[in-house]
Amino acid sequence: MTESVALLGGFLAAAVRVATPILLAATGETITQRSGVLNLGIEGMMLAGALAATLGATAVGPWTGVALGIGAGMLLAAVFALVVIGARADQVIAGTAITLGAVGLTGTIYRQAYGAGGAGLDLPTLTTIPLPGLSSLPLLGPALFAQPAPTYLGFLAVPVVWWLLFRTRVGLALRATGESAEVARASGVPTRWVRAVATIVGGGFAGLAGATLVLAQVGSFAERMTAGRGYVAIAIVVLGRWHPVGVAIAALAFGAAMALQFLFQTLELDLPYQLFLMLPYVLALLALAGMVGRVRAPADLAKP
Amino acid sequence: MRARGWLVGAGALLAGLGVLAMGLELAGYDAGRALGALWSGAFGSWYAITSATLVRAIPLVVIGLGLAISFRAGALNIGAEGQFYAGAIAATWLGLHAGSLPSALAIPAVLSVAILAGALWIAVPVLLRVRYGVLEVISTLLLNFVAEATTSLVVQGPLQERQGIYPQSDAIAEAARLPLLPGTRLHAGILVALAGAAVLHHLFTRTLWGFQLRAVGLGPRAAEISGRIDGRWMAAAALAVSGAIAGLAGGIEVAGVSYALFQNLSPGYGFTAIAVALLGRLHPLGVVLAGVLFGALEAGASAMQREAGVPAVAVYVVEAVVILVVLLAESLRRGGMTGVAAIGSATGARARG
Repeated sequence: MTESVALLGGFLAAAVRVATPILLAATGETITQRSGVLNLGIEGMMLAGALAATLGATAVGPWTGVALGIGAGMLLAAVFALVVIGARADQVIAGTAITLGAVGLTGTIYRQAYGAGGAGLDLPTLTTIPLPGLSSLPLLGPALFAQPAPTYLGFLAVPVVWWLLFRTRVGLALRATGESAEVARASGVPTRWVRAVATIVGGGFAGLAGATLVLAQVGSFAERMTAGRGYVAIAIVVLGRWHPVGVAIAALAFGAAMALQFLFQTLELDLPYQLFLMLPYVLALLALAGMVGRVRAPADLAKP
Repeated sequence: MRARGWLVGAGALLAGLGVLAMGLELAGYDAGRALGALWSGAFGSWYAITSATLVRAIPLVVIGLGLAISFRAGALNIGAEGQFYAGAIAATWLGLHAGSLPSALAIPAVLSVAILAGALWIAVPVLLRVRYGVLEVISTLLLNFVAEATTSLVVQGPLQERQGIYPQSDAIAEAARLPLLPGTRLHAGILVALAGAAVLHHLFTRTLWGFQLRAVGLGPRAAEISGRIDGRWMAAAALAVSGAIAGLAGGIEVAGVSYALFQNLSPGYGFTAIAVALLGRLHPLGVVLAGVLFGALEAGASAMQREAGVPAVAVYVVEAVVILVVLLAESLRRGGMTGVAAIGSATGARARG
């Protein structure tokens, strides 16, 4: 009995840990997409954030790494914004190019900085911060309240972004821009600035997600280490119906599906581990099919 | 119009190489030597052109042609990487068992199952789009991860080599391998790529189907209202065809280059091909040129790493700059574009004029 409780507790903690970078990136992408910009470069921005965090953590310390990670994501997002908002270029192509460029840039800088041996495992990372009292709750305590700081930031961002999007004038202007830029413009909203800021904020979230991946989850950098998590975040935005709360639920469910593989490894079932690698993606597909008719993207998404 | 396109392309390439040279100088590499190695690795000899550049260009061109069909219809297939692996798995499976067949049967059989596997792999997103309205951008993307896990599964399971040590398959039967140009590693897949481009060019510019495809991509509503085009069906069919063709590319890669299946068989061909299709403006000839350009860059990158110690991935920065510069030039001229469909329209204008 106590053994299965411990097992379940470990699974929940792993689920939250795995979900955190995806939650952060998807929350940022929600803001961006609500303003009508589809940012496929988010994968590259996460990767840039991961490398910048590694460099910052090696040179100074983990929090410098976090700051540099956010900065790197915002910088790439600014380039993306310049191309798709400044020059009104196609968002899908520009996003693909940004990700491609980020793969090249991070790979080159990483090898230049650390040589073929890599950064090693002596990277200073973010330690867990158990919240007094709450973290000793049974089962949910360690999963929710004994995590590194970015997890708390991710949870905190959900109500903040909700309030910002649905309860403030700025949020109204942002959503109006995403639904019909023309109408928003006619009523005096500086739509291009709104989109630029929403894109750069989203890039900052992606950078933070990359930093979290390195400093609070994996503990080192590897080329292409985001391995599609940025793209997954875009799917999570759709699954969460472009709503911060929905996005958080979808991200946590996805994290749980990914954490299943750890659980099944401990149970020593005689099944190929690849089945558990596939599972989260298959479940996401099924969930998408189940949402039929109940989702609608911002009407002006991906239109310049 | 044509001359301008060439100019923009050349300018973009120069900008990309310029950025690379600057970055390399800043990082303390010998930029001149690196660019020299890049050039000679891509075009320096007959062997480099055929066995490095063109061999790498083939999957990019084949996948890119398929994607051009789906993008023209406004359907965004981002899952070519997964369909490529589905084709590669099927081709390997049949190729291992085709030893008793003559080549004239074995090769078409292997390529056919690859096409079928690619089509089956994209059947799910097609169905989800038609039946449930699930965005194919998301569904095709998600299936990439499933395909990669499936590849890992089969090379450690049913298709693993007989000794059972490495996670890879045995080599496929000789009979199932594509013929090579003597003295090089260039395989007959190049003929498939060029023939495909020629056929598509004809279909796009000279047939009703090509016109309808573009109409659906430009304005699905208008196309529907005209009453002559079933837009939903056209887009779904275009999506399915693009998946089948990406599967074919996977089969060609196994039958012409690797002769075996393993993880990371594709260095991201399915993703680079998206850029190739778009850079080629969804025009068959453009896709061939863009595919050869990117093939050359990636072939040269390996030489650059060998001879100048510059990481091969640096070349992705060049590719990114090329795409962004072309994009900027296009949209500044046009005063803004509206999504992938606008590229189709630009292509249409170019094809006629």
